[in-house]
Amino acid sequence: MNKVVANAEAALEGLHDGMTLMVGGFGLCGIPENSIAALVRSGAKGLTCISNNAGVDDFGLGLLLQTKQIRKMISSYVGENEEFERQMLSGELEVELIPQGTLAERCRAGGAGIPAFFTPAGYGTEVAIGKETREFEGKHYVMEQWLRSDFSIVKAWKGDPFGNLVYKHTARNFNPMMAMAGKITVAEVEELVPAGALDPDEIHTPGIFVTRIFQGTNYEKRIEQRTVRKRG
Amino acid sequence: MALTKEQMAKRIARELKDGYYVNLGIGIPTLVANYIPQGINVVLQSENGILGMGPFPYEGEEDADLINAGKQTVTLLGGSSIFDSATSFAMIRSQKVQLTVLGAMEVADNGDIANWKIPGKMVKGMGGAMDLVASAENIIVCMLHTNKAGESKLLKQCSLPLTGVRCVKKIVSDLGVFDVTPEGFKLLERAPGVTVEEIKAKTEGRLVVEGEIPEMVV
Repeated sequence: MNKVVANAEAALEGLHDGMTLMVGGFGLCGIPENSIAALVRSGAKGLTCISNNAGVDDFGLGLLLQTKQIRKMISSYVGENEEFERQMLSGELEVELIPQGTLAERCRAGGAGIPAFFTPAGYGTEVAIGKETREFEGKHYVMEQWLRSDFSIVKAWKGDPFGNLVYKHTARNFNPMMAMAGKITVAEVEELVPAGALDPDEIHTPGIFVTRIFQGTNYEKRIEQRTVRKRG
Repeated sequence: MALTKEQMAKRIARELKDGYYVNLGIGIPTLVANYIPQGINVVLQSENGILGMGPFPYEGEEDADLINAGKQTVTLLGGSSIFDSATSFAMIRSQKVQLTVLGAMEVADNGDIANWKIPGKMVKGMGGAMDLVASAENIIVCMLHTNKAGESKLLKQCSLPLTGVRCVKKIVSDLGVFDVTPEGFKLLERAPGVTVEEIKAKTEGRLVVEGEIPEMVV
């Protein structure tokens, strides 16, 4: 079993206009930097992107907004990106905002073969408009459907040729669920290790969910809010 | 005098109970972590995937792979754990996280809250707020009592799109502390120097004032 490809271009082979992508990360933490750069170079247009955030103006998915390659975003929070807000308010960009836990669970459901589930999040709000609601044990819930993608693009810390992945700290976030929910799942890793080098007990994403894997280069790992405390 | 941000955070910190798992929202709620009383041990949950979140790192020790839900660099305490976003909201929806503290633009006297959208003006998204308010057993809202124009933010009915319905249990504003009861906002404490009359004048929703209202110790 060898899922290793040379680079992001090779990993994204078959990607075309109008596809639905899931892109891992929370803010700029744990985003697939190499793949996003390759998406920009590919020029693919009319994309639907499912990602918790939309990057910042000049990094992350913000790069794909600048080039107007995204037709629709499905996210939970987009407050860090002015170009996003401009495109949304002007109607150039279609946006579906959904609660963060609902987004995570819809991805998980897509990867787990569960077409729908009930969650209390958003009951009585505009998020629930047009959706089935139901009462269980005296509490109200909203039915939400699974999300699946043509390409799921995730970022991990370490990976092996089987596609097994280990994430680092909070760079895990949405990556594991999105990895499960792709028709094709691309994983870019900081360190590609030989088969057998990862401890099976410590693997976060089993390789079965990953289609192609490559070792990324030149990670910038930008910090959005650098907060520190004084010594002593 | 109305409370400062720090005083509001300090007052909310007194609501913490030993052994609580707590989620602190972005802004003033985050400051609550600085005032956890002696002898009270709580575990901070950050919805991007941390239990046991520690303080900001020392300069030079920031790690881009370790941030909180406000995208700030943080640290991990001994005994902490990291998990994915689905697991994070599993512990929120199943009420394992016992207290949520978050900000609000408006609260209604039936416990409705609005804090994610101003139509046509500000649309940043709800993030995890809808999941948190729909599930938490205890929700404390930390907010300014009035807006910049001096209008009440404690209302009969929210005018902005809702984040959650009938969910807020307690409010700490810069003017006082309130329980949300079936009869409306029940005044529990006044900020130092703030009169009941001032609070009445600045509260649009139903306000319940019973007996002498003590002044808050800050």
